[in-house]
Amino acid sequence: MIRSVAVVGASLAGLAAARALRDQGFDGRVTLVGDEPHRPYDRPPLSKDFLLGRASAEELALGTEADDALDLDWRLGSPATALLPHERRVRLADGGEVSADSVVLATGARARNLPGFAGRGGVHTLRTLEDARALREELRPGARVVVVGAGFIGSEVASTAKAAGAEVTVVEALPVPLAGPLGPTMGTACAALHADHGVRLICGVPVRELLGQPRVTAVRLADGQELPATAVVVGVGAEPNVGWLAGSGVTVDDGVRTDAAYATNLPGVVAVGDCAASYRASTGRYVRTEHWTDALEAPRTAVRTLLGGGAGPAAGDDGRRRAAVPYFWSEQYGVRIQFAGHRGAEDEVRVEAGDPADRSFLAVYEREGRATAVLGVNRPKEFTRWRRALATTGSDSGPASGSGSGEQAAAVL
Amino acid sequence: MEQSETLTRSDVVVQVCHLNELPPGESIRVEGPGGVEPLAVFNADGEIHAIDDTCTHQDASLADGWLEGCTVECPLHAACFDLRTGMPSGPPAKRPVRTHQVEIADGVIRVRVAVAAVTA
Ligand SMILES: Cc1cc2nc3c(=O)[nH]c(=O)nc-3n(C[C@H](O)[C@H](O)[C@H](O)COP(=O)(O)OP(=O)(O)OC[C@H]3O[C@@H](n4cnc5c(N)ncnc54)[C@H](O)[C@@H]3O)c2cc1C
Repeated sequence: MIRSVAVVGASLAGLAAARALRDQGFDGRVTLVGDEPHRPYDRPPLSKDFLLGRASAEELALGTEADDALDLDWRLGSPATALLPHERRVRLADGGEVSADSVVLATGARARNLPGFAGRGGVHTLRTLEDARALREELRPGARVVVVGAGFIGSEVASTAKAAGAEVTVVEALPVPLAGPLGPTMGTACAALHADHGVRLICGVPVRELLGQPRVTAVRLADGQELPATAVVVGVGAEPNVGWLAGSGVTVDDGVRTDAAYATNLPGVVAVGDCAASYRASTGRYVRTEHWTDALEAPRTAVRTLLGGGAGPAAGDDGRRRAAVPYFWSEQYGVRIQFAGHRGAEDEVRVEAGDPADRSFLAVYEREGRATAVLGVNRPKEFTRWRRALATTGSDSGPASGSGSGEQAAAVL
Repeated sequence: MEQSETLTRSDVVVQVCHLNELPPGESIRVEGPGGVEPLAVFNADGEIHAIDDTCTHQDASLADGWLEGCTVECPLHAACFDLRTGMPSGPPAKRPVRTHQVEIADGVIRVRVAVAAVTA
């Protein structure tokens, strides 16, 4: 019998886990351990409205009044430094300890930096509220901002910096931006937004070094080109916060390894959100999803795994069916980019509606004549239809309906 | 106080479409006349519901959303609202959307929207 649960990581996935515990009838002690001093807040606006000064810190709060009734034990401001599974304890940096029969790992990820970049004035990464506040100070008319990395966060920062009046250059080491998530054709189509809005995009040239001390003055590229800069934003991905788990016995390989129901190799320990690399039957791989919707929805299944010991969604839990199709969105230059599904590297892509040239289109990815994923650019209604269709295909057919595993359901797409 | 509140409110009736133009599972966005926020009208398995179209979380049209039973999910960030009460069922939305009274006569859907008058 579980009498206490420690949730480590007090952000989107951690709060969702705490809510799910109460929702599913757990009435024991729930302790939320978070290294940030803040109550859970929403990160997507950090590169969008908050960075532009259009949303306040209060508006980012994820908690609501209803959460007061959850009766949570908050331990904020000190990171967990060790998981001691046999003693059923979590050790904190401030010397404190939390004893718990079960543990939810929800420590998320941190922004990756480039070697030698940290510590110089004017160089930023973006993950936390403090990061966003510091960067916001730099974005003003006359500023020259160089964004390293044309992924989603880098592209969003470029768009926001431009809107704030800065002159912006984006540098991407790969020949085609966003080719990883979207494939080369659609990556190119989306990256065209930069030029549309007067942002220069340089692809296929890595950054060699930063110039200027103590503050950055320019970025030098591998081809010798120098880009003057009053601020540099490094958007080269995120790394899972798993270092503190060393010696715990939990399996880590680019994130905490879990099965499709978020169980780790240790009994009574589950992992969710950006810190977890979870098994996807559809691809047969462990994937660290790093999407907001996944961090929100996975905890429901993970908590069921903890409390019931069983895997998979309960009958009639429609929320699980939707989670079978990973989904993310991005907003750049006022354009909405939405993506759902499991794209394979070999999938073909065709434009189903609209025209990439108009920056308003819907593209469908296919494998052997079946849709695997969908991309919408400023097409929310049609996108939603396709996203629904992908999820429905997944839940209605294939061997998964009996076992109830959302992940298996996704495999038949 | 109570009286003056009723006095400062007036109703605007917005014509939406014919009932047969909105089959079950469908939704439509309607631009209201001046002073009226855009509306989203849904046919949830035969029941017609009307709410404010703009998600209370961030600027997105709920008529573009995912309708399931009596719940609509925002097309952008998956905030869910109960069409009958306007209440959000979880993050990221924290505030309800306004719900509006639906009137059906002669096969035509109309929505009655309470508008606060400018004069207080
Ligand atoms: C700028 C930005 C923009 C984004 N935009 C989008 C978007 O448009 N669409 C989208 O789908 N996704 C977006 N994301 C991704 C999304 O925000 C993440 O997927 C989501 O925040 C993951 O939630 P999480 O709770 O798993 O992890 P996190 O939000 O990273 O939270 C983990 C928490 O655990 C804490 N922690 C870490 N280590 C410890 C420890 N040892 N002890 C205690 N606490 C610890 C961290 O400090 C943090 O508070 C964006 C992310 C960023 C940074």
